[in-house]
Amino acid sequence: MGEVLVSLYVFTLAAFLGFELINKVPPTLHTPLMSGANAMSGITIVGALTLATVADARVSVLLGALAIVLATINVVGGFLVTDRMLATFRTRR
Amino acid sequence: MNADLTALVALVSIALFVIGLKRLSRIRTARGGNALMAGGMLLAVLLTLVEQGRVDWRWIVGGLTVGSAIGVLVVVRAQATQMPEIVARFNGLGGASSALVALSLFWAAVVEPERADTAVVALGLLAALTGVLGIVIGVTTLSGSILAELKLRGTVGDGRIPARSLVMAAALVTALGAGWVAVASADAATATLGMAGVVVASLVVGVVLVVPIGGADMPVVISLLNSFSGLAAAAAGFALSNALLIIAGTVVGAAGLILTQIMCVAMNRSLLNVMIGGFAAGVEADTSDYVSITSSDAEEAAMVMEIAETVVIVPGYGLAQARAQTAAYDVAKALQQLGVDVRFAIHPVAGRMPGHMNVVLAEAEVPYDLLYEMDRINQDLPQTDVVIVVGANDVVNPAAHTQPSSPIAGMPILDVASARRVFVIKRSLSPGYAGIKNELFDMANTTMLFGDAKAVLDDLAVELQKAAKR
Repeated sequence: MGEVLVSLYVFTLAAFLGFELINKVPPTLHTPLMSGANAMSGITIVGALTLATVADARVSVLLGALAIVLATINVVGGFLVTDRMLATFRTRR
Repeated sequence: MNADLTALVALVSIALFVIGLKRLSRIRTARGGNALMAGGMLLAVLLTLVEQGRVDWRWIVGGLTVGSAIGVLVVVRAQATQMPEIVARFNGLGGASSALVALSLFWAAVVEPERADTAVVALGLLAALTGVLGIVIGVTTLSGSILAELKLRGTVGDGRIPARSLVMAAALVTALGAGWVAVASADAATATLGMAGVVVASLVVGVVLVVPIGGADMPVVISLLNSFSGLAAAAAGFALSNALLIIAGTVVGAAGLILTQIMCVAMNRSLLNVMIGGFAAGVEADTSDYVSITSSDAEEAAMVMEIAETVVIVPGYGLAQARAQTAAYDVAKALQQLGVDVRFAIHPVAGRMPGHMNVVLAEAEVPYDLLYEMDRINQDLPQTDVVIVVGANDVVNPAAHTQPSSPIAGMPILDVASARRVFVIKRSLSPGYAGIKNELFDMANTTMLFGDAKAVLDDLAVELQKAAKR
């Protein structure tokens, strides 16, 4: 099986997993869940990190560096803001 | 690091994501789930850094530092009412980042080398095409999210685009066509121009997508855009042939789509209906003037409330906006001192986001057992003596039941009109997000308490505390 086909397998199975992962969500958690999933989509940071690995300021490197900055904001801010929303729930039990 | 070992660690990271996301969808385990996902992300980042080996760290360290600082700063400075906007903004940045990853890849492969090759030759057909797809989806997410944030803030209203589906189709075709030029052209200048076309056309797609959608539907749109940014990451993963990106991105893309669907069901709308711009496309709402508005002040209202047996408080966006959650809880506590049974009724989409009210009330430390969801409280409302509506509008509008032509027809509402007495705390008679008149204000058993939610509630609390001392 070629690499492309493996990627396609991975993609398809991941899609099934994502569809099945979430079924019933209480309305209270709609926003935090969206926020947490949003932070997870910052996974693109992993791609960005592989693109700015030299010192010179070529356009491709600059684009990669900017991608790192934006993805990091998404990841760090995203998980933090989700935690902030969820932290307020705990005080109520 | 050994390649097999790397792949195994990546698998651990994926497991953390999946288990975390699952736990995030249950109230009891939600916070831990979020922490697991954050752990998975940290692991993925560390793994990638270790895997790089000896590289120049300046851009990486700089980027991580600047990004973390901004992320923390934005969250720390945000108020509870702004959370939904923040989610929209972060989401847009995530999409932009995926697009930048693909652009960087393209630049390195096509524009920068001396000997010119097409992107298809340099990167391979699959990588080139998925790269373009990543840019299209990522940039669409960016412009759509920015617009969604502005709409949530109320900076931008709902607009109409003539022949919207045609404009949308044209922008999409342009984006993909320009994408083909970009990846199939060996001339760096032509290819760059093609890429510019992709970016511009994709910006247009995002705007056209969001412009006509009603502000009240923004949660659904943001959830959908969230699904998009996951797919953009997955596309970038294909372009880089990075399994971690493909899996995590696709899982978010699919789960985001399901969450979007769940939200639509909670609002009794179909996704198609929302995307067409249900509210904006609806019949011109009846904006004729109100005929029999009664208004009163806090002192008189308190006199009614102190002899009530049951009071239900219905918070809405106005409460969040006025930061009146503590004042609302003060009123509840004063009523409890008077022996009144007080409950808070939470509409699933009150505020600007599902669950918005829970977050805001939790900030004032309102006990969890005082909060009742719509389905549980609706049956009790006919036996309720007093309902206090604080800055909520569409979610208590009886037009949802009585007027089939209303833009909110069929939306589940809190049936407060069936209570014996209703007090509505509101600045004015201006319409809510759906932009329509609210019959409730005109009803005989409704009394308006005009003013800032916090000021009125503070006055009410003072009056009730006085009554408790008597």
